[in-house]
Amino acid sequence: MKFGVVQFPGSNCDDDAYHAIGSVIGQPVEFIWHQSEKVSGFDAIILPGGFAYGDYLRTGAIARFSPVMKAVDRFAHSGGLVLGICNGFQILLEAGLLPGAMMRNKGLRYLCRQVHIRVECTDTPFTCAAQRGQVLMAPIAHNDGNYFCEPATLAELERNDQIIFRYVAPDGHDAAENDREANPNGSLAAIAGICNRERNVVGLMPHPERAVESPLGSADGLVVFRSMVASLARRASVPA
Amino acid sequence: MIDTEIKVTPQIASEHGLTPEEYARIQKILGRDPNFTELGIFSVMWSEHCSYKSSRVHLKRLPTEGKYVVQGPGENAGVVDIGDGLCAVFKIESHNHPSFVEPFQGAATGVGGILRDIFTMGARPIAVLDSLRFGPIAAGPGAGSATAEDIARNRRILDGVIRGIGFYGNCFGVPTVGGEVVFEPCYSNNPLVNALALGIARREELFFARARGVGNPVIYAGAKTGRDGIHGASLLASAEFSEESQQKRPNVQVGDPFMEKLLLEACLEAMRTGAVVAIQDMGAAGLTSSSSEMASRGGLGIEIDLARVPQRETGMTPYEIMLSESQERMLLVAERGRERQVFEVFQKWGLDAVEVGRVTSDGKLRILDHGRLAAEIPAHAIAEEGPRYERPIAKPRASAPQAKMGLLEFAPKGSDLTENFRQLLASPTIASKYWITEQYDSMVRTNTRVGPGSGDAAVLRLKETKRALALATDGNGRWCFLAPRLGAMHAVAEAARNVACAGARPIAATNCLNFGNPEKPEVMWQFSEAIDGISEACRALDIPVTGGNVSFYNETLGKPIYPTPVLGVLGLLEDAECALGSGFYREGDAILLLEGRSQEASLKAAAKDALNELSSSEYAKTIHGVVAGTPPAIDLAAEKRLIECLVKLASAKIILSAHDISDGGLAVTLAESCFSSEGLSAEIALDFDTANEAAEFALFGERGARVVVSVASSSLASVRAVAAQYNVNVQPIGTVSRGEFRIQYKGTPVIHGDIGSFRKIWAGRIGSAIEAR
Repeated sequence: MKFGVVQFPGSNCDDDAYHAIGSVIGQPVEFIWHQSEKVSGFDAIILPGGFAYGDYLRTGAIARFSPVMKAVDRFAHSGGLVLGICNGFQILLEAGLLPGAMMRNKGLRYLCRQVHIRVECTDTPFTCAAQRGQVLMAPIAHNDGNYFCEPATLAELERNDQIIFRYVAPDGHDAAENDREANPNGSLAAIAGICNRERNVVGLMPHPERAVESPLGSADGLVVFRSMVASLARRASVPA
Repeated sequence: MIDTEIKVTPQIASEHGLTPEEYARIQKILGRDPNFTELGIFSVMWSEHCSYKSSRVHLKRLPTEGKYVVQGPGENAGVVDIGDGLCAVFKIESHNHPSFVEPFQGAATGVGGILRDIFTMGARPIAVLDSLRFGPIAAGPGAGSATAEDIARNRRILDGVIRGIGFYGNCFGVPTVGGEVVFEPCYSNNPLVNALALGIARREELFFARARGVGNPVIYAGAKTGRDGIHGASLLASAEFSEESQQKRPNVQVGDPFMEKLLLEACLEAMRTGAVVAIQDMGAAGLTSSSSEMASRGGLGIEIDLARVPQRETGMTPYEIMLSESQERMLLVAERGRERQVFEVFQKWGLDAVEVGRVTSDGKLRILDHGRLAAEIPAHAIAEEGPRYERPIAKPRASAPQAKMGLLEFAPKGSDLTENFRQLLASPTIASKYWITEQYDSMVRTNTRVGPGSGDAAVLRLKETKRALALATDGNGRWCFLAPRLGAMHAVAEAARNVACAGARPIAATNCLNFGNPEKPEVMWQFSEAIDGISEACRALDIPVTGGNVSFYNETLGKPIYPTPVLGVLGLLEDAECALGSGFYREGDAILLLEGRSQEASLKAAAKDALNELSSSEYAKTIHGVVAGTPPAIDLAAEKRLIECLVKLASAKIILSAHDISDGGLAVTLAESCFSSEGLSAEIALDFDTANEAAEFALFGERGARVVVSVASSSLASVRAVAAQYNVNVQPIGTVSRGEFRIQYKGTPVIHGDIGSFRKIWAGRIGSAIEAR
């Protein structure tokens, strides 16, 4: 089982993802340079947070054209696990691996704070070790995390159970309309994370890799990585 | 004489800020008249900002040595040994003038500049703190004579500054973990933006800016050179503001944090190849300072051909290229024959890296332009032989009224002071800074153990070891205005106490000295007094100063700011698990007041000093608009005992929280410890005597060497046992509760109300002021 963490110029949570997987979860992990045209030998790939290529023009807009994204696209289409965190999520949206777009946060300010998200579906490789309805505390840190999509896309996301995480109040209750405490960036339908139809690609704005050691505030993010490990272990034991 | 387009005259020299004596000295050094490029080089390197010409004679008095110190002042940043083969590299620097002229870019490039100072030494930046001072953002007695227009401008400056800091640090990927935000009328037209950065390096991987090896290539790396920031250091940072200051906007540099992130990674990677001999960032005075200082420190010369310097614009003259302060640039000396290794690393990161010259043996900074000689100056003369001034010093006439009874209005005995307390919580200096700090990424790199607002100091764990580092910045301009020496001593003591409240032993300091025009004897007196105060306190507390920065000319239209030395103190925790926050932990815990002075000494001092403790306080300013008397007396031995005691209590895991008593006095300190742990409150009974019966003295008076700690009630005896060893006075004053926040003074309730309603006032103040339309 091997994890890969992509390094774009401007990625700045690459070391944190590497630390979470390598030192906290204790799984093999390697960096993948943005100019790599092949990503072989990996079971899961993480697109980390940061400001890839400076996020000039629009978040993720330049990163999607990098050589590694062609390889990530192929990897995703062959069923490999892809997790996009924060800027990684933005890149997945731009790359068309996930539907929708990110707008500036509702208050037009960068926000870094602990938020609560609810696990909406557990039938993904990223949440299979969690309970449905489980509330996780993890930090957000972004300028553009206000998720948006057209009504038809939203209906489809809901119909296919593709909404994996929602921003909620600390007790797990739905965020009320305009509740900037629970849903700080104003995301549509309080969406914090979604998956593709095949359920092997997930993007989320909160940082699970920053929530893996309780002395730093929360260890709730562990469940995402543990789910990935459990699901990859299951795959390995089932002959293809 | 080397030809240039403009003939240098004494008049042109004077326009460059050089005095006739300084110009004569340049002629003597060169043995001829300088050409225009050379004049530019001298003017910028001999500016106040780069040469420290007014401050150097005083800075010598600071203690700079100690058992942890690896590198004191004189390099790009200070370095201390923190064990396990690791070093902490840290420094604070001002970017006051640019931040007034263009708040967003001024603050952003302030952060960028200090980050480069850290990674140029081979250290990876792990934290930034910002010490900020603004004019009033809300009307009230504490806002002095600030007009509605001033207030609107101050809000705009604050908004720009914090957006700039966030813009740079968030993208670069360094957590912004703390600092201070203070409001006083004197900063209305002269905000202070001081940025501190901390980095970590392995001891054997430290780099220094000292050229070595005649014939070694000099390599330029990073962003291209443009016309931005020319004379940023000399004309902007080394002169007062006038009504035309807004026209200086082109002197402010423009920052690109993405470029800086690439530069960081490329520099650290290039250093690891072993092919880099020396490196210095191009900060103030750009190519001029980096080349001449590296040459001078190595006792060698450097020759550069400007034709090879990557340029963003066409037609730049040698003068412009040498003086540009374009950001995100580095100058390296590599080992001859291994330059390819360096180029390859920069290429990987998509950055320019070009050999622009070589190290020479003749000690000269020689600038060629397409092979033609454009300037030739002894490197040592520009970097080290700048003028030194013993500027005249004169104690000003008393600037503030004496503290005496009748100056403040006291609530009649028995009446409650809750309303005044509410107003104090709404004072922007005291109010929550959460609205500001949540716009900074405070967690990236996953080391932030105690972040903004959760402790008296920021605490960063070190993944390589069990240890952690704590950092706090402090300064009290109002106290330094009333008595600069005493005020400066308090700044040192408070920063050290804050670090100790987080459980860390203070080991080193960096200082940012913000003052008015040094050509005024009164300002120079304030400066000299402050240096003496810092020196005395740092010696007493055994905290050497490893570097820092002086910012003079903080004046607008002849009105200086309060003299504002800001101290950044670094602390070391042997065990990150022992880090403490400032918030109460659990209902039912005992709340104790720890005081470094004995009860007897404290009473005696209070009898003499009670009026000053109140008249110079945040309370007197906010509620009564009074700034009077002197700061409270300081007892450095008591400070030291209290610090030692706190470190011991934390390392033995006896106490659960610690919070220093400073702005707003005991009442505000208690409330803040409740606010940090939502839902908790406090039930307090104060019985101690003060010099005066009025409860205000006990509630709001400010004095050093006091902290509020909370402990499990079963641990009270352990606290007393440890405190006795250090001769620290322990007074149980109450219990952690829920709901109602109550303080009694000698049996009479003086402050009471729902903790949630107090919290609301405190939490929403700054955001609602800035976002008010």
